[in-house]
Amino acid sequence: MNNPNMQAETKVQMDQIADSNGGQISVLRLSGDMSSSSREALMGSYAGASKNHPVLLDFTKVDYINSSGIALVIQVMMEAAKSGQKVAAFGLTPHFEKVFTMVGITKYAKLYKDQSAAVAALS
Amino acid sequence: MVKTGGTAVEVRLPSRLGFEKVAMGTAESVARLMGFPDARIEDLKTAIAEACINAIEHGNQQNEKLSVGVILSASDDALEVKVMDNGVGISKQPAKPDIDRKMHGEEDPRGMGMFLIQALVDEAEWVKGNKGDGSYVRLVIRLDKDTE
Repeated sequence: MNNPNMQAETKVQMDQIADSNGGQISVLRLSGDMSSSSREALMGSYAGASKNHPVLLDFTKVDYINSSGIALVIQVMMEAAKSGQKVAAFGLTPHFEKVFTMVGITKYAKLYKDQSAAVAALS
Repeated sequence: MVKTGGTAVEVRLPSRLGFEKVAMGTAESVARLMGFPDARIEDLKTAIAEACINAIEHGNQQNEKLSVGVILSASDDALEVKVMDNGVGISKQPAKPDIDRKMHGEEDPRGMGMFLIQALVDEAEWVKGNKGDGSYVRLVIRLDKDTE
């Protein structure tokens, strides 16, 4: 029997959307696991996003998040802070909204229920 | 709720990242049978995942010849979980994560697992191995604790 891989590959799709004032927002749509194996997918996608407008992390299709995945979110926030870029997130379950709050992420990145709430707040 | 008092379930995981999900799924099944509310089950799953990841990465150094043992013991009012590995255990609890220090590069962005475990369960105890016995973390989550 082959060794099964229990980790779901992290995929990130980047969309550009308009805010209500005609500005741009980059949305990183994450899917699969957010864990130590997600580094290349998340940081690579973030590196391709413009630093001139806000970044939204879409967790709607993320099945699993552990502390290593949360650490990668913090690394995105650290990179964004260097250029004064806003970072926000949406689509987290109530449990992970609580966990993100516990570790202090909400001090630097606001969490929203869905994309429309996030876009309205960032506009 | 199913009567589960005195029931124990044991799982052995290979020391490979990702297999913590097997422990999470097993814990979820046992906790659901015991009647834990969804929010507490999510707390338990995250705590067990972090305990298993620590055991796989640090305790067993991802040596796939070694396994991580998980024993779930149900009583009438609580679920106790032991996650066991072959490591020497921790000698000192890491400091509570400080997001400001992390953001300023003064603290590793990682290193939140033990904090999350302590924050999400009712009891958490790290027991160092003695004469090659291996180490374990013991978690307890109680049925009567209020949710949010």
